[in-house]
Amino acid sequence: MTVESTAARTPRRSAGTKAGTTGTKRTTSTTKKAVGAKKSTEPALVQLLTPEGKRVKNAQFDGYVDGITAEELRGLYRDMVLTRRFDAEATSLQRQGELGLWASLLGQEAAQIGSGRALRDDDYVFPTYREHGVAWCRGVDPANLLGMFRGVNNGGWDPNGNNFHLYTIVIGSQTLHATGYAMGVAKDGADSAVIAYFGDGASSQGDVAEAFTFSAVYNAPVVFFCQNNQWAISEPTEKQSRVPLYQRAQGYGFPGVRVDGNDVLANLAVTKWALERARAGEGPTLVEAFTYRMGAHTTSDDPTRYRHDDERAAWEAKDPILRLRRHLESAHHADEGFFAELEAESEALGKRVREAVRAMPDPDHFAIFENVYADGHALVDEERAQFAAYQASFADEDGGK
Amino acid sequence: MAEKMALAKAINESLRRALDADPKVLVMGEDVGKLGGVFRVTDGLQKDFGESRVIDTPLAESGIVGTAIGLALRGYRPVVEIQFDGFVFPAYDQIVTQLAKMHARSLGKVKLPVVVRIPYGGGIGAVEHHSESPESLFAHVAGLKIVSPSNASDAYWMMQQAVQSDDPVIFFEPKRRYWDKGEVDTEAIPGPLHAARVVREGTDLTLAAYGPMVKLCQEVAGAAAEEGRSLEVLDLRSVSPIDFDAIQRSVEKTRRLVVVHEAPVFFGSGAEIAARITERCFYHLEAPVLRVGGYHAPYPPARLEESYLPDLDRVLDAVDRSLAY
Ligand SMILES: Cc1ncc(C[n+]2csc(CCOP(=O)(O)OP(=O)(O)O)c2C)c(N)n1
Repeated sequence: MTVESTAARTPRRSAGTKAGTTGTKRTTSTTKKAVGAKKSTEPALVQLLTPEGKRVKNAQFDGYVDGITAEELRGLYRDMVLTRRFDAEATSLQRQGELGLWASLLGQEAAQIGSGRALRDDDYVFPTYREHGVAWCRGVDPANLLGMFRGVNNGGWDPNGNNFHLYTIVIGSQTLHATGYAMGVAKDGADSAVIAYFGDGASSQGDVAEAFTFSAVYNAPVVFFCQNNQWAISEPTEKQSRVPLYQRAQGYGFPGVRVDGNDVLANLAVTKWALERARAGEGPTLVEAFTYRMGAHTTSDDPTRYRHDDERAAWEAKDPILRLRRHLESAHHADEGFFAELEAESEALGKRVREAVRAMPDPDHFAIFENVYADGHALVDEERAQFAAYQASFADEDGGK
Repeated sequence: MAEKMALAKAINESLRRALDADPKVLVMGEDVGKLGGVFRVTDGLQKDFGESRVIDTPLAESGIVGTAIGLALRGYRPVVEIQFDGFVFPAYDQIVTQLAKMHARSLGKVKLPVVVRIPYGGGIGAVEHHSESPESLFAHVAGLKIVSPSNASDAYWMMQQAVQSDDPVIFFEPKRRYWDKGEVDTEAIPGPLHAARVVREGTDLTLAAYGPMVKLCQEVAGAAAEEGRSLEVLDLRSVSPIDFDAIQRSVEKTRRLVVVHEAPVFFGSGAEIAARITERCFYHLEAPVLRVGGYHAPYPPARLEESYLPDLDRVLDAVDRSLAY
């Protein structure tokens, strides 16, 4: 089939397809009943910094952070502040119509920065779509994370550039990729480790159960890092599991541990421990970072329909950034100058990201046909040619004006 | 009682009626309860029918369809929601290897009246896996029935019929038409679930479409009329089975056929229609059956979807080509 006529033609495009906002329609809630209120019988968390910023002892995990310097602590603080600033910028860019959608990590900074800073360069990360803080730790340019949310690409970076895989939207899929990658690492005799991020909702997926099975059976050097932010869109964790998530690991034959997800130090220590186990050939670990999604699931979501404002207020008291700031201040690890400088750096980051997004060009139309196959495909070539002829039929008209 | 309502609301009302009429009907899926689904299609149903009839499930599509099969074996009639087209694949195994085949395997003893609702198609500026049209992947499997309404009235009535069907029905909802309003007569007597309908009469060429593309084809026919061409528009309404008799009747009159769908053309439903109609209408056709649809490429990022999706010009282009034979 060829395009029969390439004669100039006037575009007759009218009420055709127009990309609007992402689908979910907003209405206000009528039912506002609290769900997911936590029981007093919740298991203990690994915690090294209290919400007041007080350092507490933990026999098992202290060793992993005992030697941490004031400078390193300031570094963790800086990472969290900049990540939050980047996230806020992306949220407002979405509001301004520059992004089609944004999945905010607000509240999950400590879980992501703590675990992300525990990694070595040669470790490999398999994220979901919300791991902006981990991406930051890997050195991925934050602007690159925005391409898929702006709708100019379906990925946006070379996963092997920073050992940080592409974001995965299909819930749970990446845990199997991480396991397979880790099996490969083990086969190669390397001592690097792999970390897979996923949510509490994802823990219900068959893929995640299969990843647990494979990683246990093959003793794969993989850390499963579950950020339990209490919600999978509108569903509380209780709609996914009747047991605390970290306990799942036991049934597969590897250890699980629950860490205070808002304590960056604890996340750093526990993840280091789990990575060390992996490197030492001791197999997988499940880390459940117990944290909270302070914002909406994504910018299309309306949490007022399913959760109470006071729930958020309770978690704000455990804010990961505030906690470390209190610690830095009381230990005299940081002065006013540091915070002021960081503030300026945050603003500069926000500005850079904003400008980068606005300057991001729409992709060339022929990008549709690019990289469909590595070795090419006759049908794709044929359709690209048809598309070119079709486009040219309008270009003739436009050019002739 | 005729009432104007959005397509999404029509499905909501239809589910409400089904839940009301038969205590064995269940609605299941991720976020279908308090949130009312990410598109609010199930809005308010849990409030009125309770958590045991309108069930927020774990985030597990294989689990959703697999347990729906079990519930159906036990006499229930589950209507399950898959949140978006691209997320049906974890459940594809259950749908293809179990849901589709149980009736035949049990020598007709077991019936599985399960409805799988899938919001599908593009045009809403979404991220990956939220804009696909996988209907052909299901149509290839015997044992499944596949339908897709294009307007509020059909959405209402086809959902009633799907729930009442003793066969599994994959119910593809055109998500970009969710907010389009139309007249719904809740006391009408609906036509057969799998019958196509002529939505616009014409003499020069037949446009056949379903779901989101029906409205586009009506616009195309309008534009073509201004150029002096009379196009007939068929809303197929069902992809399995396909009402070939209706297409044949139309093509015997107009002698030309263009099939329009969002899914890739390659191995798509248009290929099946072209082959059958060529067989049935060989001596009537003045031109080969042409197809307009997506390319053999992953569904592109939002900023390119207008180039990927069939639009007025691309369909008119095919109309021109057909008429030029
Ligand atoms: C297989 C699949 N089903 C459904 C969805 C739609 N969806 C996107 S995010 C989400 C909730 C995820 O919750 P959780 O795993 O807890 O991660 P969180 O977003 O809270 O970090 C759902 C249902 C999806 N992306 N993939």
